[in-house]
Amino acid sequence: MSDAPERLARFISRVPYIAFLGMRAELAGDEMTAILPYSPHLIGNTKLPALHGGVLGAFMELTALAQLVVDEPGGRTPKTIDITIEYLRPGRPVTLYARADVRKVGRRVANVHVEAWQDLRAAPVAALRGHFLLSDGG
Amino acid sequence: MEFNESQLDQVARGMVMMAPQAAALGFELVSVETGRGVMRVPWREALAGDPDTGVIAGGVVTTLLDHVCGLAVVSAVSELGSTPTLDLRIDYMRPAAPRSAITAEAHCYKLTRSIAFVRAQAYDDKGGEPIATAQAAFMLGANGR
Repeated sequence: MSDAPERLARFISRVPYIAFLGMRAELAGDEMTAILPYSPHLIGNTKLPALHGGVLGAFMELTALAQLVVDEPGGRTPKTIDITIEYLRPGRPVTLYARADVRKVGRRVANVHVEAWQDLRAAPVAALRGHFLLSDGG
Repeated sequence: MEFNESQLDQVARGMVMMAPQAAALGFELVSVETGRGVMRVPWREALAGDPDTGVIAGGVVTTLLDHVCGLAVVSAVSELGSTPTLDLRIDYMRPAAPRSAITAEAHCYKLTRSIAFVRAQAYDDKGGEPIATAQAAFMLGANGR
């Protein structure tokens, strides 16, 4: 657990697509908050304007993966098996935050819930539930 | 009333070009017909999810699937209103081949007065089985959801 900040920093800086999005993450004890500062290239609908739904989903999936890297149940970066994204409100052109809740860690699979919000934690913009493969087993 | 072929093509091109995120990812329109759409994202280093293998990030596939599902909905309802995604479920069947472009095709198979149901698949350039499949529901005429 003690080297969790290093593992998280390595994960964030290692993935080119995380840099493409502009995602960051902060760790307070064992609680991680993922941060996606607004940038014009994240917009999917210019009329509203609103963040692209795929960006919301991708950001929450990366939040789940980052939390699993912090918790380190498997010792390597997990692989996504499936995700369900629920869209609750349009993502406005401001900073997006997300936190992951690891609901269950089995020997091979973890179940993770993620919620993303903007100004109001109590008014989430989107949620994700997913399963992640921790090891291929033997 | 349905879009005619050139209207459909124009709308589809607009959907690909007008969304800044689609342009930033380099999305390309492959084809569109009523209720169906095909789009593609070329591989490039910045979109890799794993710099060692060069496999494209899952998030890029998610965004491509969301976008092509939206295209299938717009082509099915023949109307450029607001059609927000309610939910999107994605199964990742296998990793994409390293440094491969991804092509995704979507089919809007059911329309009700207020909801559109869509299925989609994503493939890498090796062909064969899909790398991911998706199922999504969209709101129609969602001004006042």
